[in-house]
Amino acid sequence: MAVSRDNLVAWIEALQQVYNENKEYLTKLDAAIGDADHGINMNRGFTAVKTELESNPPDNIASVLKSVAMTLIKKVGGASGPLYGTFFLRASTAVTGKEELDAAAVVSMFETGFSGIIQRGKAEVGDKTMVDAWTPALAAMNEALDSDASLKEVLEKGAAAAEQGMKDTIPLQAKKGRASYLGERSKGHQDPGATSTCLMLQKAAELWS
Amino acid sequence: MKKIINNPDDVINESLAGVAAAHADLVRVEYDPAIIVRVDAPVQGKVGIVSGGGSGHEPMHGGFVGMGMLDAACPGDVFTSPTPDQMEAATKAVDGGAGVLHIVKNYTGDVMNFEMAAELAQAEGTNVEAVVIDDDVAVQDSLYTAGRRGVGATVLAEKICGAAAERGDDLKTVADLCRKVNANSRSMGMALTSCTVPAAGEPTFQIGEDEMEIGIGIHGEPGRERMKVKSAKEIVGMMSEAIVSDLPFNSGDSVIAMVNGMGGTPLIELYLVYNELNEFLKEKGITIARNLVGNYITSLEMAGCSITLLKADDELLELWDAPVLTPALRWGE
Repeated sequence: MAVSRDNLVAWIEALQQVYNENKEYLTKLDAAIGDADHGINMNRGFTAVKTELESNPPDNIASVLKSVAMTLIKKVGGASGPLYGTFFLRASTAVTGKEELDAAAVVSMFETGFSGIIQRGKAEVGDKTMVDAWTPALAAMNEALDSDASLKEVLEKGAAAAEQGMKDTIPLQAKKGRASYLGERSKGHQDPGATSTCLMLQKAAELWS
Repeated sequence: MKKIINNPDDVINESLAGVAAAHADLVRVEYDPAIIVRVDAPVQGKVGIVSGGGSGHEPMHGGFVGMGMLDAACPGDVFTSPTPDQMEAATKAVDGGAGVLHIVKNYTGDVMNFEMAAELAQAEGTNVEAVVIDDDVAVQDSLYTAGRRGVGATVLAEKICGAAAERGDDLKTVADLCRKVNANSRSMGMALTSCTVPAAGEPTFQIGEDEMEIGIGIHGEPGRERMKVKSAKEIVGMMSEAIVSDLPFNSGDSVIAMVNGMGGTPLIELYLVYNELNEFLKEKGITIARNLVGNYITSLEMAGCSITLLKADDELLELWDAPVLTPALRWGE
């Protein structure tokens, strides 16, 4: 399949439910090594995103992503607001003028969005952040693209790699964000940002198939 | 969770409404986006000073808006950085033509959101400088952390920069003073209990009846070390030693000393802590020239305290003594 504007909106609206259902889970992960607000913030942000998309429905793919970005930047706060906000803002620039996204365009959208996360957060692989989920996910998606896999296969590979990356954050010592203040004590906990990223990609893989 | 609230989701707005009602002579409150602004802002020709951060640290920052201190504050959700649209609105509201200083505590979210806000404001032609405060000695400053946290020195920087802006210093001078305050300040905190974010409903961390956390942050984030509760003398000794040896503060130095409560510790204990601090510094040959004892940068209902020392010269003391009229800090004239 190719991803249409409506498929994109369906994914974003489903994310509202995902973050609502995982609000306490993400907040608990954050309480262990951060400040116990990640689930609350993601839920507040995507609830506002859904409301905004319903009351001012954007008519194309790029404008949907831009609307999501602006709402997240305004409503989320913390570090995840600017990071996910910048992700969606940058992602929108990769799909300008497109009516549909094939597998390559979807990966390009994620990749461009991710470059915004890197620029804003300046984290590297191994710092125990969402970068540790995005990096293997994008590598897996690109590898699948190279072997002419379908969108479904590309996204499934990406989601699986994100999940592995998320789990691999557990033994890491945090070097960015509030968790870094814990030093050695940040080891043994799964990073909440990598977890919210993994949930995002899993939902895309589930819906866009 | 046991709190005097109506609904966890309404805590910020209802508390802001209380501030607006109680201090209408000093500040006005806007709700969309949420900002607390000095009642006579923008003051023409004066550098505007904006700060902000998560709520739950009251009186910081909203309590410091007024003559001689902040021109505006941006309250985020509890323990969550405010958003760029708030900061941009605050910046616009206080821009009297001389530029605006953003005083930012060093937390990843605060820094990123203020960066985005500065980009937005500069795109619209407002001259913005940002200074990041990072005075917490509990955090090792290295390439491998997000750097030291901004804590007590923020209060001192807001007071001193506010006075400098009030006497007519330009943006660069006020920003340089802010850097000077930050460079000469060190802080450390400790906690006896945890705190509960209203929307989370349960304590951020668990701590035993007989335990304390040394090096605690202001968001209930765990600190440097967990240990059995010790005497006030030992606690103050540990914190002060870490602070004094870090800058270092030397014999013959004059300091502004703040003993700050985390929200759940009574003044009787804070003054006891101040006494221990005074004794400790006397032995080191360090003189407390000015002091502040009370709840200024809190962490909801957490029991505990923090100590901040600022090595002060005549200029800093003069700015410290200058009149200030805000909900939480007022003296002179």
